[in-house]
Amino acid sequence: MPPVMIRINDEQQKSSVTMTAYLEFIQQNEERDGIRFSWNVWPSSRLEATRMVVPLACLFTPLKERPDLPPIQYEPVLCSRATCRAVLNPLCQVDYRAKLWTCNFCFQRNQFSPSYSGISEVNQPAELLPQFSTIEYVVQRGSSAPLIFLYVVDTCLEEDDLQALKESLQMSLSLLPPNALVGLITFGRMVQVHELNCEGISKSYVFRGTKDLTAKQIQDMLGLAKPPKGVQGRTPQPHEHPSLSSRFLQPVHKIDMNLTDLLGELQRDPWPVPQGKRPLRSTGVALSIAVGLLEVSFPNTGARIMLFTGGPPTQGPGMVVGDELKTPIRSWHDIEKDNARFLKKATKHYEALADRATVNGHCIDIYACSLDQTGLLELKCCSNLTGGYIAMADSFNTSLFKQTFQRVFSKSLQGDFRMAFGASLEVKTTRELKIAGAIGTCVSLNSKGPSVSENELGVGGTCQWKVCGLDPSTTLGIYFEVVNQHNAPIPQGGRGAIQFVTIYQHSSSQRRIRVTTVARNWADAQSQLQHIEAAFDQEASAVLMARLGVFRAESEEGPDVLRWLDRQLIRLCQKFGQFHKDDPNSFRLSETFSLYPQFMFHLRRSPFLQVFNNSPDESSYYRHHFMRQDLTQSLIMIQPVLYSYSFHGPPEPVLLDSGSILPDRILLMDTFFQIVIYHGETISQWRKAGYQEMQEYENFKQLLQAPLDDAQEILQTRFPMPRYIDTEHGGSQARFLLSKVNPSQTHNNLYAWGQESGAPILTDDVSLQVFMDHLKKLAVSSAS
Amino acid sequence: MNHQGHMASYGQPQPGYQEYQPFVYENQHMTGVPPSQYGPYNGPIQGYQQTAVPQGPLRLPPGTAPPPTSIPPSTTAQQPIYNQYRQGEVLNGPALPDQMQRLPVSQPYMPGNTLRSGSQTMPSQHYAPPLSHAQQLPNQMARMQISGVSVNSASPVSQGYDPPASRPQVATSLPPVGPTPYSTPLQNAPSSTPQDNSLLQQPFPGQPTPASTFTSLPTANLPPSLGMQRPPMMHGLPLPGQAPSGTYPSMPNHRSMDPQPGMPGVILSGPTQGFQMQPAPNQGFVPQQNGSFGQMRAPQPNYPAPSVGAPNYSSQPQPQQKRLDPDSIPSPQLNELPTQKKTRHRIDPDAIPSPIQVIEDDKSNRGSEPFTTAVRGQVPPLVTTDFVVKDQGNASPRFMRCATYNIPCTSDMAKQCQVPLTAVIKPLATLPADEAHPFIVDHGETGPIRCNRCKAYMCPYMQFIEGGRRFQCAFCCCVTEVLPHYFQHLDHTGKRMDYYDRPELSLGSYEFLATVDYCKSNKFPNPPAFIFMIDVSYNAMKSGLVHLLCEELKSLLDFLPREGNTEESAIRVGFVTYNKVLHFYNVKSTLAQPQMMVVSDVADMFVPLLDGFLVNVIESRAVINSLLDQIPEMFADTRETETVFGPVIQAGLEALKAAECAGKLFIFHSTLPLAEAPGKLKNRDDKKLVNTDKEKVLFQPQTSFYNNLAKECVAHGCCVDLFLFPNQYVDVATLGLVTYHTGGSIYKYTYFQAQADGERFLNDLHRDVRKVIGFDAVMRVRTSTGIRATDFFGSFYMSNTTDVELAALDCDKTITVEFKHDDKLNEDSGAQIQCALLYTSCSGQRRLRIHNLSLNCCTQLADLYRNCETDTLINFFVKLAYRGVLNNPTKPVRETLINQSAQILACYRKNCASPSSAGQLILPECMKLLPVYLNCVLKSDVLQPGAEVSTDDRAYIRQLVASMDVSETNVFFYPRLLPVHKMEIDTDDFPVAIRCSEERLSKGGIYLLENGLNLFIWVGMNTQHDLIQSIFNVQSFGQIDSGMAALPQLDNPYSKKLRSMVDIIRAQRPRFMKLLIVKQEDKMEVLFKHFLMEDKSANGGASYVDFLCHMHKEIRQLLS
Repeated sequence: MPPVMIRINDEQQKSSVTMTAYLEFIQQNEERDGIRFSWNVWPSSRLEATRMVVPLACLFTPLKERPDLPPIQYEPVLCSRATCRAVLNPLCQVDYRAKLWTCNFCFQRNQFSPSYSGISEVNQPAELLPQFSTIEYVVQRGSSAPLIFLYVVDTCLEEDDLQALKESLQMSLSLLPPNALVGLITFGRMVQVHELNCEGISKSYVFRGTKDLTAKQIQDMLGLAKPPKGVQGRTPQPHEHPSLSSRFLQPVHKIDMNLTDLLGELQRDPWPVPQGKRPLRSTGVALSIAVGLLEVSFPNTGARIMLFTGGPPTQGPGMVVGDELKTPIRSWHDIEKDNARFLKKATKHYEALADRATVNGHCIDIYACSLDQTGLLELKCCSNLTGGYIAMADSFNTSLFKQTFQRVFSKSLQGDFRMAFGASLEVKTTRELKIAGAIGTCVSLNSKGPSVSENELGVGGTCQWKVCGLDPSTTLGIYFEVVNQHNAPIPQGGRGAIQFVTIYQHSSSQRRIRVTTVARNWADAQSQLQHIEAAFDQEASAVLMARLGVFRAESEEGPDVLRWLDRQLIRLCQKFGQFHKDDPNSFRLSETFSLYPQFMFHLRRSPFLQVFNNSPDESSYYRHHFMRQDLTQSLIMIQPVLYSYSFHGPPEPVLLDSGSILPDRILLMDTFFQIVIYHGETISQWRKAGYQEMQEYENFKQLLQAPLDDAQEILQTRFPMPRYIDTEHGGSQARFLLSKVNPSQTHNNLYAWGQESGAPILTDDVSLQVFMDHLKKLAVSSAS
Repeated sequence: MNHQGHMASYGQPQPGYQEYQPFVYENQHMTGVPPSQYGPYNGPIQGYQQTAVPQGPLRLPPGTAPPPTSIPPSTTAQQPIYNQYRQGEVLNGPALPDQMQRLPVSQPYMPGNTLRSGSQTMPSQHYAPPLSHAQQLPNQMARMQISGVSVNSASPVSQGYDPPASRPQVATSLPPVGPTPYSTPLQNAPSSTPQDNSLLQQPFPGQPTPASTFTSLPTANLPPSLGMQRPPMMHGLPLPGQAPSGTYPSMPNHRSMDPQPGMPGVILSGPTQGFQMQPAPNQGFVPQQNGSFGQMRAPQPNYPAPSVGAPNYSSQPQPQQKRLDPDSIPSPQLNELPTQKKTRHRIDPDAIPSPIQVIEDDKSNRGSEPFTTAVRGQVPPLVTTDFVVKDQGNASPRFMRCATYNIPCTSDMAKQCQVPLTAVIKPLATLPADEAHPFIVDHGETGPIRCNRCKAYMCPYMQFIEGGRRFQCAFCCCVTEVLPHYFQHLDHTGKRMDYYDRPELSLGSYEFLATVDYCKSNKFPNPPAFIFMIDVSYNAMKSGLVHLLCEELKSLLDFLPREGNTEESAIRVGFVTYNKVLHFYNVKSTLAQPQMMVVSDVADMFVPLLDGFLVNVIESRAVINSLLDQIPEMFADTRETETVFGPVIQAGLEALKAAECAGKLFIFHSTLPLAEAPGKLKNRDDKKLVNTDKEKVLFQPQTSFYNNLAKECVAHGCCVDLFLFPNQYVDVATLGLVTYHTGGSIYKYTYFQAQADGERFLNDLHRDVRKVIGFDAVMRVRTSTGIRATDFFGSFYMSNTTDVELAALDCDKTITVEFKHDDKLNEDSGAQIQCALLYTSCSGQRRLRIHNLSLNCCTQLADLYRNCETDTLINFFVKLAYRGVLNNPTKPVRETLINQSAQILACYRKNCASPSSAGQLILPECMKLLPVYLNCVLKSDVLQPGAEVSTDDRAYIRQLVASMDVSETNVFFYPRLLPVHKMEIDTDDFPVAIRCSEERLSKGGIYLLENGLNLFIWVGMNTQHDLIQSIFNVQSFGQIDSGMAALPQLDNPYSKKLRSMVDIIRAQRPRFMKLLIVKQEDKMEVLFKHFLMEDKSANGGASYVDFLCHMHKEIRQLLS
């Protein structure tokens, strides 16, 4: 069920032929290359480009799942120009006779290596075939390290929570590849690094939870400094990876039983928690040790630190809140008032950790399960910068956590884990373009080059980024700047090209290089604006703009961001709308732009930009996922999809509007984070009356079942597992639905609309209608 | 703990009551009290009389003596003893008078005057012993004649003194004196004696009264009683002295041995005995033992008369002559360190006071009857004597022993005599099975009754007044209201009616249950914990230590200290191993297997777990055993050689803090802590510093870290026992610091090998774990106005000047206290000492142990010298000197010791001894062993190390000695040397020890030597084969394997007896002694000879004789 497509179909009747063509083009491109541009025809001058309002940018999914893509067992051919090093691709001109190829980025002519001597027009290597605009090379050299999973487990949990977590962890051992190295760190008041290769006695290294340690100190204290004469002094047993840290990280197949027992014996943190206090939780130090341990033992090898925490860090570096229960954890209100004592320090601590982890290509996952906040706001950078996951649930004893966690280890059709490590993404452009930045779960590698723009959008100033943990859906927004001057027109038919080179460690621990090369036509914005307009991808643009907005929101005040967004929207409408000055009613947008304002309306109301009603942790969580998901998921997040089930016909998508809430309907809403099934008033009454149990109402039973089945389908594939909510008219959980729908009916305009048409929402928020009216007014206003 | 603040609480008398068993009580006082009261009376009287009639008695059985004076008989009885001892020697009389004085004082005490009848019985009892004495004496005399000195030694006075270690330097200093040859003359000059007597008598005018009382008694009884009187105390010698004035020719007789005329004789005379060393140059020895010089001749003539004595004397001369070859006696200069030969010639070793003789005499005089403590100021038997104590109001000498039981009333006197006022206190001393453990008194919720002002605890010295409504404090004289619940009517003698029912009113030692006010932060303490912290570095593993220890711990844990008869020990245990990092173990009973938690953050130590670290042994048995099985295995292949130490203690401390209990750490450590951590040490051993001004740094800690740590440990009741297993320098001075300040014990096993030293280690460990111990203790010593405890010696920490803080105190730990005057004392009221120890028992009960001791006060120095205890004095000197080396080079420390001793003796000579020529060395009877013991101290490894003594050993000994009690210091400095070949197989008795000198070893003999730390069996070359066969199970001397770890178990009487002797000796000492077999002329013999304290030591320590001469010279210098 691809909702987005549905929406598009919805609009399809009106779409013109060109548009249909573009939609297909876009879809194909997305499927083949995992890329969506905001503009599929590029304005050819810098000036024009800036006037387009929405920047030239793309959403790029580096590891887009391509089951059909054969791995190429040799290494890519690179352009010999040192500043270029672009990979040979289908866009290059090849002189088969001279065995030369011309780099399409720098126009360097390169000699083919002898191994390509058999090349000819009829005998082309894969990388020259147009269908391999995305191609994956498998690097043969270099030893392949096994995957590493380091569990960092909070023990300050309630008994049943801990039990559930222990079971999940034990279960996870069976999901890991047998040769994967696994390690365990537990923490509470102290931090324990467990040694795994011991029989008869379980050993652990204990650290104070209040003291930050440098990598060197950790290394010394764990006895990793010198050859394994360490504390135990046992002669190192020969195993596959006789690494120094073998005591702490062991192949799953070897210590499967041991670790299962060890996990089974894990006790709650034994230190007493006095009345009115929070347990002392040394998350900061635990993470620091985890990072330090991997840093010294497995630099530049894919590794996953998985942090399981049930509450906020309360002591030591990285503490988020004191242990006094009477001082609540910071709220948005506190933060605005600059009243969050620990925020800056803690954030700094975790950012430093994240930086260290990224240097070595390790990623950090956070599984935070607690009814209260757990300090995700501070911790988020660990995942955001390293490409780790964040999962948030009320308890470890929920299917939400259990399944989410399980899904981390899901496998692709080929039987590979859907995870990759230590990727570096390099972007090369033709000379008319420069790279302004990237937004996503990545960090800059500070690789300056001629193609790097001085204007930064997102993480800029580089043409290379590191993504320590990524999966097939990990998507980055990459922003460009057209630098071609207005007076240097591009020849007709000229195309701009961009090459993405992603070097990463595959889950099979192979090193791979995926190269995607795309090209788009240039168009003169003055003479060929309609081409550009028609090639506008409003979905991608909405998401890309949203990313920019969220990126700003992380560092700026919420209202400023909204104002900025509004301004952008108005400008876009002014640029591409058709209207008579000062006549709002005359305002029209072409089809390719028609949905965009609506996206923006919902974006403004979304938790990514609104902190009202959300804790800082929740905001961080939502934003984290928004920044890593692909376009489809991102759109769902911006504008949830709503289906309606009734006796009147098959399930249909309906407007996300309070008007869609009708008594005789069942609604299924997917916000990405939640799946809400809402039974209308009548349905709910029937259900309570138990009609579904009666044979003669079999159809009612089926009606009730239908959304459940659909929801199940979504639940099956979604990561992280969404919160599943089954509610009804008047139910308290109905708020999840009511807060999302367009409040077209509120207590303010209730009587004007009549009760039957929907459910009024008790809000002062403006409805889409009001928003649009306002937008039109502003767009046509000559004043702006 | 602040004692203050608790004052208010008066316990309810009743509660305490019940626990208390009246039976025992009554019995005790029934038997004990009345007699004792009398005893004293008699004593003095006798003494008095004796003075009058010294001579006759000498040999005569008491009976004979009596005739002379009516009452005197008793005195005579005593005299005999003395006389016998002295035989030839001149005896100074002082001793007796003392007692006389005491009596009057004592009277107030004893309500018992009324009970005279009872008293009579007592005397009679006494009687018996004396008789035997008397009989023996003659024999002895015969032997001793050689020199009066020897005779003296025989006198009961001093009991065994122990080994001295002498140092060469001392000898060197001697020279000045020595120019004259040394002659050991015997007796004191007659003239002197008389004077003494007269002096003495005068002071005691008061005595007559007691005497008079006696007179009333049937004469018949008296005589015997007299004899009885604690002969030991009043040494025979004094008596004779007194006699002189009287008359009494007898004295002269003694002198029979005339010193050779020309010779300036050195007379060593205790108040009683003297032996003279004649400094006269050139002159040969005076065979005869003369008292004083000039008189020498004269005396002899007199002698003849003396009946028995005469023969002896006559004989004496000859032997003396043999030994003292005038020609050979070079000039007396000791400086030159005359060769052994020379000295031998000069002075007959037999003629100088013999520790053995003194010990044996005390044993026979005082070993047979119980020592009752009812009377103030009694000098107890020597520590070497086996005696029974009955507590009747003063603490047993096992708990508290004083250097002098009669202290000067004024500080001027104290300064003049230089005799330190000191008490050696062992608050938790183990009592023999036949003595009652201190009773526990519960005064209820208000806590123990105390004086309002000085906070002294209720004790027998408190005087109840106003019909019992108030009591007056014996210490500060403040009057305190008696709380209603403690009120009791007084009887007609002014005693409370419940006097006998309340230990705190009738006993010297007892315990109070403390209330919550006496506890830290006003919470009753948790039961203490033991934490075993084991070094698992390479050295410890390799030596087999860890394996041995872990194996042993499994069974040892069944023997943790228990309270009373309880089944289970309340003590919890925990385990830590460490090398460069620490490993804690979770041995919670619910675990399937132990968990190890490694803490490598040694810079900032903490305890990684709470629950499961300290566990009940019984509950967690299985897990503990599994852990102990695994520890040796886990570290079997370790190659880690670096260790930490400071963090180990910190960890233990933190663990105890976290568990909120006091406790003890058992640390088993092998190397110098070189790993990077707080308390890291460097190897700073430097033999070159020895004998330089910088020598003291070897005894000082390298860093202040351990000082601070110790302070913290004490504050939290964390005691540290240290077992060291070094193969090289480990800096005991620094490592042991925490142990020292926390009241812990330190054990050192150099070059430990499980095979060879396992037995010793395990035995020590066993004893250490099992011994009675109190935790988190504070000791406070209160005294009556006039004196004040000013200085304390031992293993503890003091943060102010009055409270001795002890993280723990066990039954072997002793604290020596020095008192100083801050006002005048009163002869009538005497001086009281109350030592209160607040501690937590092994079951977590908070208690106060109280020891009370009352002493006499005197205005005459002679009284003081008559009531001294040399062993205790030496104990004090050693501790003073051993502390002194921390801040001074050893040479001045030694000199200070010599000076003070010389002053003590000179003061005696000047003020108490009869005038005699300066050439005479006159020693007080009670202190006649002072020189020999002092010499042993001076020669000890700490004060005068030989090249073979390591810095660590010196620091180790220094620490050990700091908490030794009197009996330990006694044998440690003057080892016990038993002739095994002379043992009587049929009895349990040990053979009589011989003096520690090589010349006393026979080539045909086997000897056993022990000093509390070392145990040797020395085998002479010519030992009979069958003896060798029956002991060593080999054919001949040559086949004896000197490396054997233990004697073979053979089924023959010799073997059995010897092995049982070894076992008994080991049981007597707090530390297990490893047995070393030394064959004559084997290379190991050097080691053995090191302990022959009367000989010149290899590193220059003076021989006894040389040192005696040196002392004499010093004294003479002081006198001139």
